[in-house]
Amino acid sequence: MLIEQLINGITLGSIYAIVALGFTLVFGVLGIINMAHGEIFMFGAFIGVVVTSTFKGPLWLAFLAAVAVTAAMGYLLERFALRPLRNKQGVSHLAPLISTIGVSILLENLSHHIFGPGNHPFRASFAEISFQIGSITVYLVQIVIFVISVLLMYALSFWLGKTKAGKALRATAENLETASLLGVDVKRTITMTVIIASAMGGIAGILVGMAFNSVTPQMGLSIGLKGLAIIILGGMGNVKGAMAGGLILGLAETFVVVYGDSGYKDAIAFAAIIIILLIRPQGLFGQKISA
Amino acid sequence: MKKQLKKFAQFTALSSLLVLSACGGNQAAGDEDGESSGGVVKADIGVISYISGPGAAYGEAITNGLKLALEEINGKGEVKINLVVEDSAGKQDQALTAAQKLMNSENVTGIIGPTLSTEMNVVGPEADLNGVPIMGTSTTAEGIPQIGDYVFRNSLPEALAIPAAIDKAIKKYDAKKVAILYGNDDVFTKSGYDTMKKAAEEKGLEILTTETFQKGQSDYNAQLTKIKGLKPDLILASALYNEGAVIMDQARKMGIDVPFVGGNGFNSPEVINIAGDAANGLIVATPWYGEKEDDKVKEFVSKYEKEYGKKPDQFAAQAYDALYIMAEALKNAGEADRDALRDALAEVKGFNGILGEFSFDEEGDVVMDPTVLIIEGGAFKEFN
Repeated sequence: MLIEQLINGITLGSIYAIVALGFTLVFGVLGIINMAHGEIFMFGAFIGVVVTSTFKGPLWLAFLAAVAVTAAMGYLLERFALRPLRNKQGVSHLAPLISTIGVSILLENLSHHIFGPGNHPFRASFAEISFQIGSITVYLVQIVIFVISVLLMYALSFWLGKTKAGKALRATAENLETASLLGVDVKRTITMTVIIASAMGGIAGILVGMAFNSVTPQMGLSIGLKGLAIIILGGMGNVKGAMAGGLILGLAETFVVVYGDSGYKDAIAFAAIIIILLIRPQGLFGQKISA
Repeated sequence: MKKQLKKFAQFTALSSLLVLSACGGNQAAGDEDGESSGGVVKADIGVISYISGPGAAYGEAITNGLKLALEEINGKGEVKINLVVEDSAGKQDQALTAAQKLMNSENVTGIIGPTLSTEMNVVGPEADLNGVPIMGTSTTAEGIPQIGDYVFRNSLPEALAIPAAIDKAIKKYDAKKVAILYGNDDVFTKSGYDTMKKAAEEKGLEILTTETFQKGQSDYNAQLTKIKGLKPDLILASALYNEGAVIMDQARKMGIDVPFVGGNGFNSPEVINIAGDAANGLIVATPWYGEKEDDKVKEFVSKYEKEYGKKPDQFAAQAYDALYIMAEALKNAGEADRDALRDALAEVKGFNGILGEFSFDEEGDVVMDPTVLIIEGGAFKEFN
C-alpha cells in the first residue's frame, strides 16, 4: 500500500517536475512567466492521442510529432507574443505575462474545436506493460516518467552549466544588453530557450496521456498553475529546485489522500508550499538576494 | 422628490400600458396567423445549453437531440416550433443572462435547459418569477421542480435512479462493504453522493471510506490505491462520465475488479469509448436504453447515428423527448401563451416517448420506471 502510494506520488511529482522545468527555463532567461506553457503541454498530449489513436502510429512517432509541434508552437509564441513586446518603450513589464495568458486561452479554445471536448483515451500498448512485485503493480510508464524527468534535469543542468550555448543563455539572463555587446546572439538564444521549454512541455504531455489515460482541453490550466507554484517553491529559474519542488508537491498531494481527506488534497499541498516559503522566501534552492 | 416619484409612476403606468397594448396586438396577430394556417400553434422555444467549455459534450448531445426532434415535429405540422439557442458555458451567470435574454423576448413561450443543476438553481427562480415555463432535460439534482410552478424536468432524478441501481447490485453480488468516490466541486455529483450515502445507510452497507476528486482531474491513483487496500465489495462513484471513465480505467489497471455503481452522469456510451474493457462492470440506472426493443427507440438511434455519426446518449434522448413533450403541451394549449403552456405541461400524463411512459407529478417532477444496466463485454446490457 505505502509503496504503491509512494510510486503514485513520485510519478505525479515527476510529471510536475518536467512541466516546472519548462517554466523555470523561460523564467530564468527571460524573467517571464509563460502562462501558455500548460496549454502547450496539453497540445503535446493531444498530438500523442492523434498519432497513436487516430492514425495508429507507433509511440516513437508520437513523441517526435509532439516535440516537433510543440517546438513550432514555442517558436510562434516567442515570435508573435513575446518578441514584439521586448525592448519597446512604454511596454509594461506585465505585458508579456498578459500576452501569454491570451495565447493560453486561444490554445484552449482552439483545442476544443480541433480535438473536441471531453476526455480522449490514449491507446498505446506501451502504457499497458506492467510487472508485479508481490501485490504491487508497477507500470513501465511510471518508471519511464521518473527516469525521463531525472535525465531532463541533468541534461538541462549540464547544458546550462557546461556548454557554450548554456553559458550564452545564462549571460543573456544576467543582462541582455551586455550579453549582446559581448557577441551573444541574444535573439537566437531566447528563441531557442522558448522552443526547448515548449518541447519539454510536449514530452510531459505525452507522458501524462500514457500514465493517466486522460487527455482533455482543460488539463493545461491546472497543471500550469501547479508548475508555477513549483518553481516558486523550488526557487525561480533553478533547475534542481524545479525537480525537488515537483516531487514535493506530487508526494504531498498523494499522502494527503492516504492519511487525510482527499477533499483537502490541493489545499494542504499548497498550504505546505506557503509554509516552506515563509521559512525560505527565496525558495528551496534560490539564492538569497543580496543588497 | 414627490414630483419625481409622481413622474416615475406616470411613466411606469404609461409604459406598462404600452407593453400591454403591444401584447394585445401581438396576440391578435398570432390568432390571425393561427387561423390562416389552419390552427397551427407557432412558438419560439428558448434553449439554454452548455455549448462551450469543459462540458461542451453535453450541450452538443442536447442540441443534437433537440434539432432531430424539431425536424420531425415541424415536419408533422401540428405545431410549428422555432428554437432560439443560447450558450451558458456551464456558468451560472452566463446561464442567467441567456435566460433573461430569452424571457425578455416575448416570442419565447417556453425554455428548455439549462444543462446543469447548478445553472437551474439560478435560472429556475427567475423563470418562475417571470412566469415562463422552463423544463430541464439533464438537471437531476434534488429539488429542481420544487423551485416553482413553472419549473419542470424530464430527466430522471438521482433520488430515483441511484437506489434502484444499488438495490440490484447488492442482491446480485451480496455486497456488504462499499467505498464511495465523488466529485466534490459540482452540485450534481455532490447531490448524487448524498443520495448514494443515504441509500447505502438505508440498506445497511458499511461505508469503508469516502474519497473525493475535482472536475478535470487526471490522476486518481492515490484515492484508488487507498480504496484497493480496503477491499470493498462495490464502489459507488458519483461522477460525470468524463472523469468516471478515467477513474475506471485507472482502477482496473491497478487491479480493482469490483463493480462500480454510478449515477446518471456516469451513464454514457462514451464511458466505453474512453475506458474500453475497463468499463466492464459499471452499473447504472437509466431512463434511456438505446438497445431497447422498441420501434421509436430504434428509429431515433438510427436517425441520430446517420445525422451525427455517433450513438445518442441519454442527454440527447432526454432533450429529444423534452421537445416532444413541449410540442404536445403547445398543441393542447392551443396558443403560444406562457401560462397556457405551463398548464398544459402540468397536465402531461402517460406521454409515450423514447424514454418510455412519462408523466409529471403534481410538482413537475418525473414519474417513470428506470432500467438498470451493466456494461458487459463492451456494451450496455440489461442487469438482472
